[in-house]
Amino acid sequence: MAVMKFLRDKRTRRDLLTYALVIAVFAVVYVMQANHMIPRMIAGQLVPICAYVVMALSLNLVVGVAGDLSLGHAGFMSVGAYTGIVAAMGLSEVIPDDGLRLIVAMAVGAASAALAGFLVGIPVLRLSGDYLAIVTLAFGEIIKEIVTCLIVGVDERGLHVLFNLTGSLSVSDLNLAEGGIAIIKGAQGASGVSVISTFAAGFLLVMVTLVVVLNLVRSRTGRAIMAVRDNRIAAESVGISTTRYRMIAFVVSAALAGAAGALFGNGFSQLSATKFDFNTSILILVFVVLGGLGNMRGSMVAAIALTILPEALRQFSDYRMLVYAVVLILVMIISNNDTLKSAAHRVASRFASRRKEVGADA
Amino acid sequence: MSYQNAFNPVLDRRSIIAGVAGLGAAGILAGCSGAGASGDSGAAAFKIGSMGPLTGPAASYGTSVTGGAELGCKDFSTDELPLVFKAEDDVADGEKAVNAFNSLADWGMQALVGPTTTGCSLAVAQEAESAHLFMITPSATAPDVTDGKTVVFRACYNDPAIGVHSAEWLAKNFPDEKIATFHNAGDTYSAGVHDAFLQKSEELKLDIVDKETFKDDSATSFTNQLTKAKSAGATLIFAPIYYTPASVMLTNAHDMGYDVKVMGCDGMDGILGVEGFDAALAEGLYLMTPFSADDPKNASFVSAYKEAYGELPDQFAADAYDSVHAIALALAEAGLSPDADPAEVADALPEAMTKVKVEGLTGTLTWNDRGEVEKETTVYVIQDGKYVLA
Repeated sequence: MAVMKFLRDKRTRRDLLTYALVIAVFAVVYVMQANHMIPRMIAGQLVPICAYVVMALSLNLVVGVAGDLSLGHAGFMSVGAYTGIVAAMGLSEVIPDDGLRLIVAMAVGAASAALAGFLVGIPVLRLSGDYLAIVTLAFGEIIKEIVTCLIVGVDERGLHVLFNLTGSLSVSDLNLAEGGIAIIKGAQGASGVSVISTFAAGFLLVMVTLVVVLNLVRSRTGRAIMAVRDNRIAAESVGISTTRYRMIAFVVSAALAGAAGALFGNGFSQLSATKFDFNTSILILVFVVLGGLGNMRGSMVAAIALTILPEALRQFSDYRMLVYAVVLILVMIISNNDTLKSAAHRVASRFASRRKEVGADA
Repeated sequence: MSYQNAFNPVLDRRSIIAGVAGLGAAGILAGCSGAGASGDSGAAAFKIGSMGPLTGPAASYGTSVTGGAELGCKDFSTDELPLVFKAEDDVADGEKAVNAFNSLADWGMQALVGPTTTGCSLAVAQEAESAHLFMITPSATAPDVTDGKTVVFRACYNDPAIGVHSAEWLAKNFPDEKIATFHNAGDTYSAGVHDAFLQKSEELKLDIVDKETFKDDSATSFTNQLTKAKSAGATLIFAPIYYTPASVMLTNAHDMGYDVKVMGCDGMDGILGVEGFDAALAEGLYLMTPFSADDPKNASFVSAYKEAYGELPDQFAADAYDSVHAIALALAEAGLSPDADPAEVADALPEAMTKVKVEGLTGTLTWNDRGEVEKETTVYVIQDGKYVLA
């Protein structure tokens, strides 16, 4: 009885249910994949879906939990992706095992994205209002430009990095030794990346992200973060450092986005810098808003549904994006419709009361 | 402050509805795969897939490639070897391109004519190699696309080849001009051609007086770069860029009264059709491109394409048409039946491709065992709104 005591807490029960749902979905999909029951089209999207789920969860930490609007989340993904790719390619001799190398790559991606988040956060999180939105927007664009200028290669002497600001340098300027490989080739982005990301690794990352985010939110720190969101002045008056707690949320979110980026980047043999543009940041924000601010389960569902939807609509060919937009608008309208909401509430409460009766019987 | 509602129980209902939306998406999905399967029945036909950006800013390339490939599938389809065709949109995005490839593979595609753009081709080539599915890209020019892959071929010149041939042609025809280069530093094709051109022109002792760059975000005015090129005394601009920025460049040069020769590459093919661009400004423009719609030998293709799509075909369409032509010949060469397994096709086609000789729209094409095409280079000059051999 004492063991089950923690289950009495409603939020703990809800968190455990979230974990259970994710594990169940993974198990079902994994078994189906092993038996070749899913079409190639979906199978090929499993890794990106995991990455987008992590992106949505991490952005929800900033937007939903900390109440700051970040419009450059794809920038952190980009930092993580490129550092992750360089780490994975550079260490291919040292760590021959793909899985282990991917974990190292994700750790490197997370660390560098966290550093980038910390640096961006130092000046910006001291400000209030929408400044964070503007600066993160600029950050995303700057990262895109920087990666376009980067030429990185590796050979037995180590890592070679060129910063091609004038556009006049090329891969041959790296002077790579025999057998060296160019990893990031300026405008071409990273190409020739060996694909090491797997669905299982993606699932692990999603679980780690969930554990980190949910535990952070339920902790003393999380309560402080939410206090800052709900009323900054009141939070300050009880001695909470607003900058510090917003920074914690922001850096954790950036780190998770970096890990997602490394997973994503190592899942494709080619990755251009323009992939992580403003549109990608907005797409992730759409996952969060559609799934519900602060609602982690909703973010995951929205990320999965909105990643598969455009591909599933291929049969509409030219009208695909039109249908996608219409579906998006409909979901937005329906999810904010009071009549439907109260209807859903009635259904839910009926179920709840029935369950209570059953419980009383037993 | 909408975020204040976070963790309000109200939001839980929202997730229920989102879940319903997800179920709806899954339903659509199920419908989709069902429709794909039903198309498979019927007489055995060889399935050729194609992809490119059919929507978005690069859509004109994608529609050209898929249009040319579709026409090719119609023309080279025979009773013994019927060809069926399906095109998918990749929005010029690597991730979407892999999805499109997988979707075509689900359809039962036996050979791929595509993708159109370089970035997508790099991503898809790896997938094709690991899935062991034959692919020939009509238009992706980066060397890495075919590098180290056994089942990936190319129907156009790669970037270095274009740059090298351009430098050679200039050294032969305009050895005394002062040359300025102008390229898009954010574009693989442009940068790739430019790098190879510079290397070769150094070797050929061409007089390069200025190097100018731009990026997609700043492709609305090139007056700055042109002023610099003019003050450096450039009399010829070598611009391996696409036709949209090229139209801006030509307009800017005309507005500032800068009389300069301009040479572009195959990416500039299509400049005469740019909306809002005065085609008279393109007079005297040199283009290194393998295909001319004004050439009498291509007349029947041009009229068929015009009838089907209402537009003049460009070199993307011609390269795609030639790619299908090559596949049809190689299939006959290898003696494959239309119902061959995709893996069987990928086993036999690469070798057969090196044996065929295509008398195509873009010249006489042969392939080496690295998947690279050999064909003659042609440079056209625009005179009276027509391509004339220079």
